[in-house]
Amino acid sequence: MLRFVLRRLVLLMPVMMGILLVTFTLLRLIPGDPCKVMLGERATEAKCAAFRERFGLDDPIPVQFVRYVGSVLQGDLGTSIKTGRPVVEVVAERLPMTLELTLCATLFAVSFGVLLGVISAVKHNSLVDVGAMVLANLGVSMPVFWLGLMLAYVFALALRGTPFQLPPSGRLTPGTDLPSLLKAWGLEDAQGVARFALLLLSNTVLLNAALQGRWDVFLDALRHLILPAVAVGTISLAVIARMTRGAMLDVMAQEFVRTARAKGLAEQWVVLRHVLRNALVPVVTVVGLQVGSLLSGAVLTETVFSLPGVGTQMVDAIIARDYPVVQAFTLIIALIFVVINLIVDVSYAFLDPRIRLH
Amino acid sequence: MAELAPARAEASALRVSAERGRSPLARALRRLLQNRSAQLGMSILAALVFVAVFADVIAPYAYDQQIRQPGLRRRSPPCIHVLGCDPSKPQLLMGLDSNFRDLFSRVVYGARLSLQIGFVTTGVAVVIGALLGAVAGYLGGWADALIMRAMDVLLAFPSLLLAIAIVSVLGTGLINTLIAVAIVSIPVYARVVRASVLSVKEMDYVLASRALGASDVRILFVRILPNALTPLVVVAALGIATAILDAAGLSFLGLGAQPPTPEWGLMLGEERNSVFNAPHLVFFPGAAIMLTVLGFNLLGDGLRDALDPRRRV
Repeated sequence: MLRFVLRRLVLLMPVMMGILLVTFTLLRLIPGDPCKVMLGERATEAKCAAFRERFGLDDPIPVQFVRYVGSVLQGDLGTSIKTGRPVVEVVAERLPMTLELTLCATLFAVSFGVLLGVISAVKHNSLVDVGAMVLANLGVSMPVFWLGLMLAYVFALALRGTPFQLPPSGRLTPGTDLPSLLKAWGLEDAQGVARFALLLLSNTVLLNAALQGRWDVFLDALRHLILPAVAVGTISLAVIARMTRGAMLDVMAQEFVRTARAKGLAEQWVVLRHVLRNALVPVVTVVGLQVGSLLSGAVLTETVFSLPGVGTQMVDAIIARDYPVVQAFTLIIALIFVVINLIVDVSYAFLDPRIRLH
Repeated sequence: MAELAPARAEASALRVSAERGRSPLARALRRLLQNRSAQLGMSILAALVFVAVFADVIAPYAYDQQIRQPGLRRRSPPCIHVLGCDPSKPQLLMGLDSNFRDLFSRVVYGARLSLQIGFVTTGVAVVIGALLGAVAGYLGGWADALIMRAMDVLLAFPSLLLAIAIVSVLGTGLINTLIAVAIVSIPVYARVVRASVLSVKEMDYVLASRALGASDVRILFVRILPNALTPLVVVAALGIATAILDAAGLSFLGLGAQPPTPEWGLMLGEERNSVFNAPHLVFFPGAAIMLTVLGFNLLGDGLRDALDPRRRV
């Protein structure tokens, strides 16, 4: 098992270099003079010279690339052109929101997707099955941002005054005060990696509230996450439900299931212990394949629910032509995507020993 | 029961002989036409193509025409005469948008645009991806390694994120969005074609063709690539659905089509703040996207079932 993980890690290196090459090239492909594009048409020649000097744009491209890789490895993602802040801080501020949303959406999609798939398979060709599969087909075809808007309409307006009312925008109810962990723990002068980690934790609102024991804030944050998470997770829920149903039906047709039934095992144990367990392997693969669509969905849905995450930040940065920010977030998301895929591969090998041999 | 059995056997024997007499293409088409999800998908798409082709006739107004009349407000709700709307008011099937434009007309023109977006991006991606995959699979060696590693890197990004990054470099706008969406979908097609090429390139009929002195280009295009068509068609049908969704997403974010283009994603983006006081402005364009994507998804599922020999039970 360890050898399998190590080999996968080694295989990741060229892909990581490729990702770095792509994000590096992004900045160099901007049409026109990068200085005029980023500082504006009226930037003076002296300002431009200083700009090129600062970003090392006069050096040969390979030198620039090596310097870029070096600074990324040291955790330096450059500075925002618009605000002058280190991009790492912007990442620490915006990334947790997107990860929280993606994680909640994944939990929603996996739990309800598997449940729906199991019910459909057990009640094969019943009204429930047909209904679930029609819903799954519609779910796969829905634009996430549209579903988000429709959910906001139903749960914030149509159900206003009922216990099902949910907030349609924002991370917390305005006026809610949740100090950062730097302040709460008196670590305001933390530097470097510790500071970055604390900022990440602080901006993961659910975690921050839990760590400070502010359960009222925790519940408020959770309530604000429900609609976006449902919107983001629905496509994957549909895909997972279809996959679970198919895999369950395949397994149910096999001999050992008949044997289990023949020896008098109760039907729910046949389904849970024999069928579902064997059907989960392809389902895990599909969950892994869904991570990309979940991340993309989170980015789109943040705009709908005015959530301060990667998506809203990237759109702002693109419109403001703040390229270092765009570059940094592209890089970070790709790295996260690759790491999650690695985890999925490993868990897949864990579930099915045959994989490890190849 | 007993008398029915021979009749049924006879019928199925007849069916088998009927199947045998047709070309593989005709047989595949037959199976496709009998597939329920393909039937539904093709009906939806036929209706959409009809709307797109005859948009000028179907839409009562131009997509950028403002309708200013007494009694009509900005974002007026739908007014349908047969459903009891005051006949003195103009009929508005989907209401007015924030700029006094007829939403129905804009959705109708949007069908034209969305189908074009789907076909053009997927077409470009399929051609480039198929060429890359064919070259990689046929030549093998360093060309294969170089091309496929590049594809791996593209696949290492969530596709929409990469498309956003590409748009940030090229600049916002519909054409650049299409380029970005096409680029991010190339790797899928390259992989499909490469796999098909690898599976047939050592087969006897290919070797025979080479022994007869056929050139590499001829072998690749006449002997090998037709084998890749089946999986390519299936993946492309599902790919059109993804391309339409991605392009709509970029337009929704304001990075794609620019006003006053009647693009469904853009229409949703422009009106997203009206969702609470004029939900019809958000409902209809989104439902149109869903219907289109559903059509391609159903067709893709049906194609897979009809064309994949392993699923023929």
